[in-house]
Amino acid sequence: MLSDHAVSILIFAGIDVIMALSFFLPASAGQLSAGQGGFMALGAYTAAYLTVNHQMPFPLALAAGGLVGGLVGLAVGFPALRLRGLYLVLVTFGFGEMVRVLFLNLPAFGGPAGFAGIPPATTIWHVLGLLVVLAYFFTRLAGSRMGRAFAALRDDEAAAEAMGVNSTYVKLTAFAAGGVIAGLGGALYAHYTLFIDPEAFGVGRSLFVMLYAVFGGLASFWGAVAGATILSILPELLRWVKDWREILYGLLVLAMMLVRPQGLLDAALLARLSPRRERAAAHG
Amino acid sequence: MSGPLLTVEGLSRSFGSLVVLAGLDLTVEAGGIHAIIGPNGAGKTTFFNLVTGALDAGSGRIRFDGVDIAHLPPYRRTAMGMCRTFQNIRLFGSMTVLENVLLGLHCRTRGGLLAPLLETPFRRSPGEAAARSRAVEVLEMVGLAARADQAAVELPYGEQRRLEIARALASGPRLLLLDEPSAGMNPQETLELETLIEHVNQLGVTILLIEHKMSLVMKLSRIVTVLNFGQKIAEGPPERVQRDPRVIEAYLG
Repeated sequence: MLSDHAVSILIFAGIDVIMALSFFLPASAGQLSAGQGGFMALGAYTAAYLTVNHQMPFPLALAAGGLVGGLVGLAVGFPALRLRGLYLVLVTFGFGEMVRVLFLNLPAFGGPAGFAGIPPATTIWHVLGLLVVLAYFFTRLAGSRMGRAFAALRDDEAAAEAMGVNSTYVKLTAFAAGGVIAGLGGALYAHYTLFIDPEAFGVGRSLFVMLYAVFGGLASFWGAVAGATILSILPELLRWVKDWREILYGLLVLAMMLVRPQGLLDAALLARLSPRRERAAAHG
Repeated sequence: MSGPLLTVEGLSRSFGSLVVLAGLDLTVEAGGIHAIIGPNGAGKTTFFNLVTGALDAGSGRIRFDGVDIAHLPPYRRTAMGMCRTFQNIRLFGSMTVLENVLLGLHCRTRGGLLAPLLETPFRRSPGEAAARSRAVEVLEMVGLAARADQAAVELPYGEQRRLEIARALASGPRLLLLDEPSAGMNPQETLELETLIEHVNQLGVTILLIEHKMSLVMKLSRIVTVLNFGQKIAEGPPERVQRDPRVIEAYLG
């Protein structure tokens, strides 16, 4: 069987994939969020608070973490309705910072000293189980009514509205769903690390989550899966270079983005991998 | 089946100090083909944007089937039964031909974010299955069924215009607003477009058409409205409008 060390790498990689998917979902509707770390913090602190202080069973605490992430996602969605592109990135970035500072200043959650004594509950099966559900959801979403509304909004918002898409509803749904996924990721994280502090969910976290998805490619959710898996396991593979590890990591990311600016899995590569498109091409 | 489907009264709109529409009154009777012509900058596309809700109304009233729609969001207007095409083609670039038409069915179908979790890989939800067969029907009507799985943006120009019409038709409009549908088409494609517009009209869809090709306007429309500098300068059957001295002056002067 796998060593404890290998399992821990897999669990962290799995949580990174969950977080990358939480960024991908609103991004697939054209809503770029630089605040996914904030939703992760809300899920982590909510679930940890409930299992530590109220001895709530882990599955319930997990659901509560997702719920809080989703509700706050909905709330953040409202100001986001009027903003686009870079402005939206800045507002969601501000939201992430706000959450971090909030938990720094809440003694009930440990403040800057962090929140310790969280019971160990997350196993590799929880992480894999959630990933399977998410993979199934995203696979089906692409060919569904809401999935198309997301894509339409990202492609051309005015045309989508003219064709009958309620852009307000769709954007809020996308933000809330992204918040739920990030909240679940945070709750899983807290019950594996057993200690959380606000710095774990700061700007760095939000930007890495964004990097995973963009590195993998935004054309499909598989991009987020591939990007997060590769980039979170890469540091382990680079251990042999010791002090040069982070520099090499940065260089590798940079080189990859130069070679494939659309991400690892771009539309052309996905078309070649997809059986349906192949058939269409053979006919055409 | 007659009577006004769309009534616009005193519709005005300006961008900064530029007045694009100045108190326009216009009535579109149900069942016909109504053309709007006029020199560039006459306010034709702005009129479409105001009617469909892409732009906030300035002042004036817009009634669709007797209901005041001036302050409704675009998607509510589409749900009420009006849909448009765009002068500069605006298909969804990441989608296939079929998916573009399916998006047009958005307001006629149900299904939220979690609906896909209730489907299985082997069985689509009844709503999605019905939507797909309806989308194929619409594609057959415009002659693009064989292209269903191609990327929309890979289609030749004339077919992209037809796909825009198919996407709009999928929303089940009573009023179809076409913004220069023949722009950039060759004579053969224009001819096919004429046949398509007449066919759609015979199905009971009222057509409001912005067009520059006079041959097409003369052949199809029962009534023509001429705009110039945001005002109506003539209106009537095409033969009469064509001879109107104010129209000749606006175009030549």
